[in-house]
Amino acid sequence: MTGSTQRIWGMVLRNLYLLRSSWPRLFELAYWPTFSLLIWGFLSQFLMTNSSYIAQAAGVLISAVLLWDVLFRSNLGLAITFLEEMWSRNLGQLFISPLRPLELVAALMVISFLRTLISVVPAALLAMPLFGVWVFDLGFALAAFFFNLMVMGWAVGLFVTGLLLRMGLGAEGIVWTGIFLIAPITGIYYPISVLPEWLQPLAWSFPSTYVFEGMRAVMFDHVFRWDLMMGAVLLNIVYLIAGAVSFLIFYRIARVRGLLLQQGD
Amino acid sequence: MSSEPALVVANLVKRFGKITAVNDISFTVERGSVTALLGGNGAGKTTTMAMLLGALKPTSGAIHALGIDMAHHRYDAIPRMNFSSPYVALPARLTVRENLTVFAHLYGLDRIKERIERIAESFEMKDLLKTAVGKLSAGQKTRAGLAKALLNEPELLLLDEPTASLDPDTADWIRTYFETYTRQTGATILLASHHMGEVERLCNSALMMRHGTIADRGSPSELIARYGRQNLEEVFLDIARDTGTRSAVQ
Repeated sequence: MTGSTQRIWGMVLRNLYLLRSSWPRLFELAYWPTFSLLIWGFLSQFLMTNSSYIAQAAGVLISAVLLWDVLFRSNLGLAITFLEEMWSRNLGQLFISPLRPLELVAALMVISFLRTLISVVPAALLAMPLFGVWVFDLGFALAAFFFNLMVMGWAVGLFVTGLLLRMGLGAEGIVWTGIFLIAPITGIYYPISVLPEWLQPLAWSFPSTYVFEGMRAVMFDHVFRWDLMMGAVLLNIVYLIAGAVSFLIFYRIARVRGLLLQQGD
Repeated sequence: MSSEPALVVANLVKRFGKITAVNDISFTVERGSVTALLGGNGAGKTTTMAMLLGALKPTSGAIHALGIDMAHHRYDAIPRMNFSSPYVALPARLTVRENLTVFAHLYGLDRIKERIERIAESFEMKDLLKTAVGKLSAGQKTRAGLAKALLNEPELLLLDEPTASLDPDTADWIRTYFETYTRQTGATILLASHHMGEVERLCNSALMMRHGTIADRGSPSELIARYGRQNLEEVFLDIARDTGTRSAVQ
């Protein structure tokens, strides 16, 4: 292993050491997705007998909650990993080391992927014994949905991380709440058609909207909508480039203003 | 070893809005020397250090570290440099060994295990390798930070107050370590310190900063003689308070 790969691996290793040293951190990762699964799982069971919509596709709400967690955890995993460096006052050490900004970005993505797996897989496995929903039945579609939501989470996470670089820990709240801004209008639990007409174009500007509509197409109509998948992929390319560029711009501003060695409130 | 200076700084300026933190400084640090960067709080030492490390972009001026233009090729120089400061921490939850392993990867080193054993032995902290950094004493943390800074056997080492807040025994141990280290490796050190006894003991030359400029420079003995003082601390006070009168040497 040499060069970039070794440096990216160094950062991944740093986070694996951190997770290994802290059982509460590991537990917290899996806790919230499992908690959400239980609430939405029981609600689904109730609605199955009281709602014709839910009765048409058992597990639609559970799948939605798990996929939403992929997006949320991917975004959070990236930003929290960066926050860990701020909390431990280690950013200065990183920015004077040979680690380049884009290598840091790559490392944050890998760590976010691992953290998302740790978060979501236990809940997905629990859905079978508890509610008889095996999301892995979605097969290729699940992989495609998962990948697209991961990438969107990274893109938003990179923007938020850039804000952290620029504004310090004062912007920490955005890490936890930022992604929820889109939750009401990205069609996680209901089709976009229920939104007011004027809001729908905005909803279709998020890659996640295509994923959730695609998920409903698979579950209700048993078709994989390639048009929706392509929409998600193309938008994600734009989002990821925008996220990485915004991170680099914020990094550059931080380097000019002397913020790299003095991160804090 | 190359004969070109380890560090060449030319007309370096850093402005933050209307405030000029570093105002047109130029200096050269010869290979194998130990040079002190001195000055009171707000004199511009930390800003200068940050620019030398590439963590702060200069407003204007040029820095060549180990013959490399830091404005355009800093990632060629950084693997051959390192830095330690008690004010920049190592992750507290990771053990000393884990921290050193991570930084060994970041610096692209090979034979990592062997290197860590060797550096831990030289810093007398082999028995602390499995201890989380957060559980170390201040002196042990400083040694861990210095071990990280020497892991890549840097040709140019920047130290920011390496003995701040340490007891005299530990501080003396660290100074002795650097005396031996520079003698054995020929490494160049730029040292920011408020401990004038340390500077007199370790440094061949000193740059005295005030209000973002280099107010004076020379070897500790030259500066003491130039200001007609007994020691460097008195010279420091003269320059910091702008009360000094240079003797006939100038």
